[in-house]
Amino acid sequence: MAGELDVPVIDFWAALGTAEFVRIVELSLTVSFTATAVAAVVDLPCGAALAICRFPGRRLLILLANAFLGLPPVVVGLALYLMFSRSGPLGALALLFTPSAMVIAQALLATPIITALTHRAIEEPWQEYGGALRVEGASRLCSIRVLLAIARRSVVTAVLAGFGRTISEVGTVLIVGGNIAGHTRIMTTAIVLKTSEGELGLALGLGLVLIGISIAVSASAFVLWER
Amino acid sequence: MKLRRFFPLLFVMLLGHGTIAAEQPTPQSIILASTTSVENSGLLAHILPAFTKETGITVHVLAQGTGQALQTAARDDADLVLVHDPEAEQKFSAAGNGIDRRQIAWNDFIVVGPRADPAHIGGTHDALAALKAIAGAKAPFVSRGDKSGTDALEHRLWRVVGVDPAKAGGSWYRDIGGGMGAALNAAQAMNAYTISDRGTWLSFANKGDLAVLVEGDPRLLNRYDVILLNPAKHPVPKQALAKRFAQWLVSPEGQAAIGAYQVKGEQLFHPSAAAPK
Repeated sequence: MAGELDVPVIDFWAALGTAEFVRIVELSLTVSFTATAVAAVVDLPCGAALAICRFPGRRLLILLANAFLGLPPVVVGLALYLMFSRSGPLGALALLFTPSAMVIAQALLATPIITALTHRAIEEPWQEYGGALRVEGASRLCSIRVLLAIARRSVVTAVLAGFGRTISEVGTVLIVGGNIAGHTRIMTTAIVLKTSEGELGLALGLGLVLIGISIAVSASAFVLWER
Repeated sequence: MKLRRFFPLLFVMLLGHGTIAAEQPTPQSIILASTTSVENSGLLAHILPAFTKETGITVHVLAQGTGQALQTAARDDADLVLVHDPEAEQKFSAAGNGIDRRQIAWNDFIVVGPRADPAHIGGTHDALAALKAIAGAKAPFVSRGDKSGTDALEHRLWRVVGVDPAKAGGSWYRDIGGGMGAALNAAQAMNAYTISDRGTWLSFANKGDLAVLVEGDPRLLNRYDVILLNPAKHPVPKQALAKRFAQWLVSPEGQAAIGAYQVKGEQLFHPSAAAPK
């Protein structure tokens, strides 16, 4: 029994050093970082704007952001697949089965999370400091900047929640990325593949590495911004 | 006025997109829609480097079931297909999607199951009798249920046997809707029978108590074909590169590479030059 268990462990340590493994981790991080960054750059101002601006449709947008917190990744993947397919409306962009398509998919998944949490994080400081900011004559954009800075702890949590969604997600990237070896294979899709090959030890090892990386990234961001 | 404020954001987004876009494959790459059995068995990873070295063309492999692979190609999302379901392939070509279908390799399907073998089919060579016995004993049987080549073969066999397992009642027939590896994992966990292609079986690492019980029935022949897309219906830009890959697969070098691939000392795929006629 012990002998049977040894094999995957050896495979796992051997696999850790391979160029393929390094590439998979690199691509996972590149795709998720880019997706989270793109989503954060768009969603932080939007989430804050939802808290401080008054415009028609605002309540509907807040409702949608919260409703889409549970957006099923596999449905997003399928919808994007049909859009990006060469015979689909955006086929000419040749995005299907590329890392770019994976970034777009993950950014879409992170968007409701970052937007809804930022909106919630800004509501309170806006009530507290909104009057003062208005007296100072601060523009909306300036107010957004000030409030995001005041609420930065909650904002960091919002971005980390978005990052957590992107790094751990498998349904969309499998469909729009295709899990192509050396091109669009990332940690989550590699784990699915190794499980289907019956390499359960290797799959579990990859899973532990994924958890470790995810924790390390979130912890570093937390420590950096919490100060 | 407000739009102007978002220009910097747009700029950052485009920048992000640009860096990712720079990583995209060179024009010298093609997408091959294939089946899990050739990808997961390691065959393509074994033979592709030689092709890439010779021609400079990178082959990106999508490992899907045969049904999905043909669908992907029919939507222009792949440049050629390598699959193993003669009936579905004929339909694909008859619909004007595919041309130049060539057999590149063959191996066989096998019936695997628990060593305890409640249906007593071990060591026999008749797939139909084996399925009849499994249905008769209401022994657990895992079906792919994913419209793959293996799934299509299984359903053809049930039709010949005259059993409609979906309607047979009872809980012995379990349609898992997954790939070959997922089906083998499920069969292993449930002490169930299933039909596998030999390539996936030999390279599968979680066999547990499963063993090969039935093999050697001519009905279990498993042929792999490469099909190019019909340029009349699919004006995909990489047709020439795809054709070059298809030609390499049937060339002496390609055939030798396929025949040389072994897992644990066993040959997984036989080049079709030696195919039974």
